[in-house]
Amino acid sequence: MSRKHPEPMQAVKQRRDAALRALVEGVPYIQFLGVSVDRRGDELTALLPFDDKLIGNPMLPAIHGGVTAAFLEVTAQIEVSWAMLWDDLERGAIDAETLTPASLPRMPKTIDLTVDYLRSGLPRDAYARARVTRSGRRYATVFVEAWQDNRERPIAQATVHFLMPRREAAAAPASNG
Amino acid sequence: MTTDPQGDKARIARQFIEMIPHARALGMTVEEIGDGLAVISMPYNEQLVGDIKTGVIHGGAVSALMDTCGGAAVVCHPDAPGGTATIDLRIDYMRAAKPGDRITARAECHHITRNVAFVRAVAMDGDPEHPVAMATGAFTVERPR
Repeated sequence: MSRKHPEPMQAVKQRRDAALRALVEGVPYIQFLGVSVDRRGDELTALLPFDDKLIGNPMLPAIHGGVTAAFLEVTAQIEVSWAMLWDDLERGAIDAETLTPASLPRMPKTIDLTVDYLRSGLPRDAYARARVTRSGRRYATVFVEAWQDNRERPIAQATVHFLMPRREAAAAPASNG
Repeated sequence: MTTDPQGDKARIARQFIEMIPHARALGMTVEEIGDGLAVISMPYNEQLVGDIKTGVIHGGAVSALMDTCGGAAVVCHPDAPGGTATIDLRIDYMRAAKPGDRITARAECHHITRNVAFVRAVAMDGDPEHPVAMATGAFTVERPR
């Protein structure tokens, strides 16, 4: 089923946004932190809107280091899951329309993470982007960085390792044609 | 009125930790604190779940608990002059925490210099023989100005 004509842009966007929504909205903890994800093509940017409950040092005040670590981990996890889903999504092996948090395939699991705290997180919104440095059959390595007002002045960075889910021999595309 | 400096420090540290907005949001309770050792626990909470199919708590919430506990171990160390901030933290997730179980972190500040405090931490659910996660961290040593 080679696609001769490019798909209508709206269909492409709907499919990708639906898949991303299933990934993000299916995790209660991501909702608890208030993290949302912005998409441009396949590039994702996670947003952590500031909230009083995220404060770790009321004197400064500063965002809790644990929140920063969690934000980095969540961003890395969404990125590696997104990268894993992308090919199946684009060739139609996964039907994004019917994708719900419960019907998602098994997701990569965090093995470990190493966080460097570079600057204290101010009481402002924070952003993060992750890059899958290496993705293999069993393990993946992801680098992730978070910043606030200035992209050139990151507040924290992390390297995260994931255990990739065992994949069934390339799920056949939903054969409706 | 008795004056026990170490006990005083522990009491202040306990109050301070339980006042942290994010520690409150996660329902953290200081179980034990003093002499560079801190034990902090957090109840199971459905809002913190990372995988709805299993109900397992997200690693991020466990990280927040271990980071708080690590910082607490530093500030209650006899040689720590004041506050602290995390420099780096490495966390190993060994297994999923049992859904429904309270999670308890135990952190120890095993070495402190003028500028850096070194911490080891472990997180456990109802089965303390098999830890859920372990952490190693370096923290700053802040001096009151």
